[in-house]
Amino acid sequence: MTWIPLFFVVLVTAATVIIGIVATKKSKSASDFFVAGRTVGVLMNASAISGEYLSAASFMGIAGLVMKNGYDALWYPVGYAAGYLFLLLFIAGPLRRFGAYTIPDFAQGRFDSPEFRRIAVSFVLFIGFFYTMPQMKGAGVTMSSILGWPYWVVILIVGTVITFNVAIGGMKGITVVQAFQYWAKVFAISVPLFVVMSVTGGYNSQLEQAAESPTGTPRLAFHAEVKVKGKEAAPNNILSFSSLEPVTISFPEGADIAKVGPARKPEPGETAIKPTELLEVIDGDAKPAASMHMPAGSVIRVNPVTVMKNGAPIFKDMRHVRTSAKIEFATATKVLLHSAYGVQNETGQGPITPNAPSNKAWLNPFGPFTSKWGFPLLTTYSLIIALVCGTAGLPHILVRFYTNPDGRSAKRTTLWVMVMLGSFYVFTPMWGAIGRFAMPLLYANNATDSAVVKLPTLLADKTLGAVLSGITSAGAFAAFMSTFSGLLVSMSGAFAHDIYGKIMRPESTSAQRLKAFKIAAVGVGVISMGLGLLVESFDIAMMVGWAFAIGAASYFPLLLLGAWWKGLTKTGAAAGMLLGGLCSLAAIVGHMLLDKKILTLDLPPLVRALMEQPAIWGVPLSLATMWIVSKATSSTVPNDIDIKMLRLHAPEELGFSKDYIES
Amino acid sequence: MSEEANVAGALTPQARAELVQRLMKRQAGLSLRVAAVFVVLLIGIPLFNLYAPEKAATSEFGFTFAWLFLGVVFFPITWLLSAFFVTRSDALEAEIARSEREHLSTAKSAEGAKS
Repeated sequence: MTWIPLFFVVLVTAATVIIGIVATKKSKSASDFFVAGRTVGVLMNASAISGEYLSAASFMGIAGLVMKNGYDALWYPVGYAAGYLFLLLFIAGPLRRFGAYTIPDFAQGRFDSPEFRRIAVSFVLFIGFFYTMPQMKGAGVTMSSILGWPYWVVILIVGTVITFNVAIGGMKGITVVQAFQYWAKVFAISVPLFVVMSVTGGYNSQLEQAAESPTGTPRLAFHAEVKVKGKEAAPNNILSFSSLEPVTISFPEGADIAKVGPARKPEPGETAIKPTELLEVIDGDAKPAASMHMPAGSVIRVNPVTVMKNGAPIFKDMRHVRTSAKIEFATATKVLLHSAYGVQNETGQGPITPNAPSNKAWLNPFGPFTSKWGFPLLTTYSLIIALVCGTAGLPHILVRFYTNPDGRSAKRTTLWVMVMLGSFYVFTPMWGAIGRFAMPLLYANNATDSAVVKLPTLLADKTLGAVLSGITSAGAFAAFMSTFSGLLVSMSGAFAHDIYGKIMRPESTSAQRLKAFKIAAVGVGVISMGLGLLVESFDIAMMVGWAFAIGAASYFPLLLLGAWWKGLTKTGAAAGMLLGGLCSLAAIVGHMLLDKKILTLDLPPLVRALMEQPAIWGVPLSLATMWIVSKATSSTVPNDIDIKMLRLHAPEELGFSKDYIES
Repeated sequence: MSEEANVAGALTPQARAELVQRLMKRQAGLSLRVAAVFVVLLIGIPLFNLYAPEKAATSEFGFTFAWLFLGVVFFPITWLLSAFFVTRSDALEAEIARSEREHLSTAKSAEGAKS
C-alpha cells in the first residue's frame, strides 16, 4: 500500500506548487520578491512565519529525540517556541521600525558600513546552509522510509521541485504557500495522533507506564528483525545491550563487526573487559574479538559482565555494577534478536530493546542526553541558551518581520506565532512517548527519527494506518518544503540583494536583480542538495541545534546590542560576531568529526560537552568581545547614532521611522 | 519624510540624545521586566529538577510534575507573557507618543519665542 502515502505527499507538493504559481501571478516588483510588498496581514503573516519555522526537525526530529532521550529532549520544543519571546521583547519591534530588508541591511544601516554588510551576508549563507542540512535529511528519511527509495534519489527529486518553486515565485508566492503549510502541518501532527492513541493509550498512560517500573526497559517481540546500519552511518551503527539479562542473536546473513566493547564507559583502574567475556558463541565457528567477521548462520549470546577493579567487583547502590556489549557494525545487515534463553525459546518476555534507556533515565531530567559527558546541568543550560537566543539568529525568520506594515503589527504577529507554534509543539513529544512503548524496534534500528511516519502503521486497520501514515508523511514533507523554501529565499535574496545588488553591481536594475535572484536560487538549491547527501547519519534535531548555536553566538548579539546599545561600533560588532560564530562553528565541526571518528583525539569530557553544546560560552564570548572592542574603538560610533536609535525605538506615531530601503 | 521627522532633525543634538535616553529607558524597562520572569523560569526549572528530584517526579494525572510543566504547561505560560507584553507595549508606546509630542511642541515654541 505504498501508493497511499505517496498519494498524500504528491498531493501536498502539488498544492504547494499550484498555490505558489497562482500567488506568483500577483507578484511583480522586486519588493514583492524580497519582502512580499510588506502588506501581509497579521494572521496570514503569523501562519506563514509558523509554517516556515516548523521544519522537518520540528515535525519528525523532536518526536525522535524525545523517544530516544526522554525528558531532556523536551527542551527542544520549549526552546523553539520560547525563543520567540526574546525576539518579541527585544528585537521584533525595533527592527521593523528600522525598516531594513535583511540583517545585512540592518548591519549596514546601523553602522554605515558596507564592509559589515559582507560579513553579515556571509553569516546568512553560513547559518542557512547549516540549517538546510537537517531539512534535507528529514525529507530523505521520510521518503525513503515510506517509499523505499534510496536517500540520494529523494534528495535530488525534492530539492529540484522546491528550487524550481522558489525560483519562479520568490517571497510573495511562498507567503501564501507557507500559511497553507502551517495548517497542513498542525492537522498532520494532531489528527493521526489521536487515532493512534485510541489504540496505544493516551499521553499520560505512556508516562505512567514508565513511572511504574523505573528499572524497566521496553521489550521487543521474540525473534525481532533488526536492520543495522554500517560504518558510514556512525554513530548510528550500534547495538548497545542492556546489562539486566543476556540476549541471543542470530546472523542469517552474517555480519562484519567493526568493534565489540563494553556498553558502559570504563573508568580508570577497572579491569578491561574482553570481547570473549561479552560474546559467547552458541552456533557456528566465529571467534569473538574486538573486530570480527560473523559467518552467515552464526548464533551468539551477549552476556552481561560484572565490572571488576583490582580483582574485586564494584558495587553501586548495593549491587554489582554490570555491563553488556556494545557492538558497532562495519556494514549494513540484518540480525534477529531472540530471548535470553536461546533461539527457539519463547518463555517469559521478548528481548530487552537494545539502545533504549531505562524508564527511569528516560522519564526523569538529566538522562542520557544531557549526562553524556557527565555535566548534565551545564549541557542543559547550554542547550537552552542556544535555542532561545538562536531563534533570533535565524536569517529566514527575521526577514519575515519586515512583511509587517509597522512595529506594532510586528509584535502582534509574534504573539500569534507563539500561540501557533505552541499549539503545534505540544503534540510532538506525545509521538515520542507513544513510540517508546508501542514501537521499541525503532530504538534497535537507530531510526527513532521516523517515529511520526511509522507509528500509524501499528493500527489493525491497515488501510487506515496507511492513510494516517500518508498524512504524517505529507506533513513532514510540507515541513521540509516550507523551511527549505524559506532558506532558499533568504540565501538567494542575500546573493541577489546584498552581494549582487549592493556589492557587485550597485547600478543594476531591478529586473537584473530578479534574474540574479533566480540564478542564485538554482545555485543555492544545488549546493544544498550536495550537503544533504553528506548528513544521512546525523540526528535531525541535533543538527538544527547546531545551526541555532552558531546563530545564537553571531546574529543574536549583533541584533541585541545593535538595537539597545549606542556604544556598539562596527569593529566591535564584527569582531564579536566573527569570534563567537566561528569559534562555535569550529567546536561543532570538531564534535562532528570526533563523533564520526574521522578525527581521534582524547579530550576531557568537559571539553567534549562544551564542544557539543557551545552556546554557553559562545554567546557570552561574542557579547564580551563586542563590548571590549567597542569600548576600544568608541571614537568610531556613528555621528548620527541618536537618529538611528530614534528610528529603532520611537513609536511610529512620532514619525522617526523611515524605510532604510526606499522602494 | 513627514513633518514630525523634520522636527526631530531640527532638535539640538543635546535634546535628541536626551529624547533617545528617555525612550530607550521606558521601552527597555517593560521588556526587561517580562524577560526577568522568563529567565527565572528558564534558570529555575533545571535547578528545581536537580535539587528537588522527588518533587519533580511526583505523579500528576499520570505525568511526572516535571514533564507536565515543561511538556504541556510551559507553552501557555509563554503565551500569557507575550500577550501581557504586547498589550502593555501598545499602551506604553501610545503614552510615549503623547508625552513626547507635548515635549517636542513646547520645545519648539520655546525656541520660536527665543528667535
